Amino acid sequence: MHDSQATTGPATTQVTTLEHEAHNPALLHHFADAQQQKDAASLGMWLFLVTEIMFFGGMFCAYLVYRLAHFNAFAAGSQQLSIALGATNTAVLIISSVTVVLAVKAAEAGKRRVLVSYLVVTVLLGMTFLVIKGFEYREKFEKHHVPGPTFKFTDTFDDNGKQIPVNAKEAELFFSLYFAMTGMHALHMIIGCGLFSGLAVLAWKGRYSPGYFTPIENAGLYWHLVDIIWIYLFPLLYLISRHS
Amino acid sequence: MSEHEEQTSHSQGFYLAIGAGLLILTATTVGAAFVNLGPFNPIIALLIATIKATLVVLFFMHVKGASEKLTGAVLVSGFFFLAILISLSLADYLTRSWR
Repeated sequence: MHDSQATTGPATTQVTTLEHEAHNPALLHHFADAQQQKDAASLGMWLFLVTEIMFFGGMFCAYLVYRLAHFNAFAAGSQQLSIALGATNTAVLIISSVTVVLAVKAAEAGKRRVLVSYLVVTVLLGMTFLVIKGFEYREKFEKHHVPGPTFKFTDTFDDNGKQIPVNAKEAELFFSLYFAMTGMHALHMIIGCGLFSGLAVLAWKGRYSPGYFTPIENAGLYWHLVDIIWIYLFPLLYLISRHS
Repeated sequence: MSEHEEQTSHSQGFYLAIGAGLLILTATTVGAAFVNLGPFNPIIALLIATIKATLVVLFFMHVKGASEKLTGAVLVSGFFFLAILISLSLADYLTRSWR
């Protein structure tokens, strides 16, 4: 037995390796091995994240230019936002980022039920964020702080009761940027919730294993980026000139 | 699983600790906004936001595998072009006051 294997030599070994790799259904034919496939997917995801940074970067740049030009109006507009709701949403997103890393960890360990639970909790936290955001938007509509023909912005008072004269057109600019930036962020959150719901279903069906959970990792990268964008949006929009 | 793939994720306690740190930094940024620091208010706010973002990138967004340096180069190139966008825009808008 030992002799016959020795005579057939390296050819047999190679065939066995190929057969073994063909058993991994997640490995596509044009990749040398699972690691290469994973690296390629991860690099592609990071390239996508960089385009997202540039996309939001354009809005951050517009914000910076107008804030420097119309600081008083931006400060007055910012006073109209609820710090309590904004901070709560920041906390919700941070906690959801923690559940995402724990989901990736569960996928790595091959714990299917734990993975599904964390994915579901992440979706629920994402929806909590969107509901809170919805209440904030409703208040903006009620106060006529939505840019457009019905936009109204009267002079506001700071904490000492001192009146701050504000140009309504400039305040409208602040709210335009507020809705553009938080709206785009909310759209990313909606997409993220859809993505994670889909992953939860596939994870429940047992699609992922410790040898293949790249979609969980890459969706996690997306979720963290959306979290990071909010980490910047919160102080820039909610916390302008809050001290007395 | 290929042999050079290593388990790089941290313990559950570690992730919870980073999450707690991020929550504390959020409270700090809210608190700092109510203290009059003059021109340093936005600087402190952005500094804390950058610390939080760095914590998320370093500890939540693992850069695994062989193309670690390539991924790093992609990320740095993104921030490089963002820096060009912002610095050239401001170089224009901030120097218009003489008109």
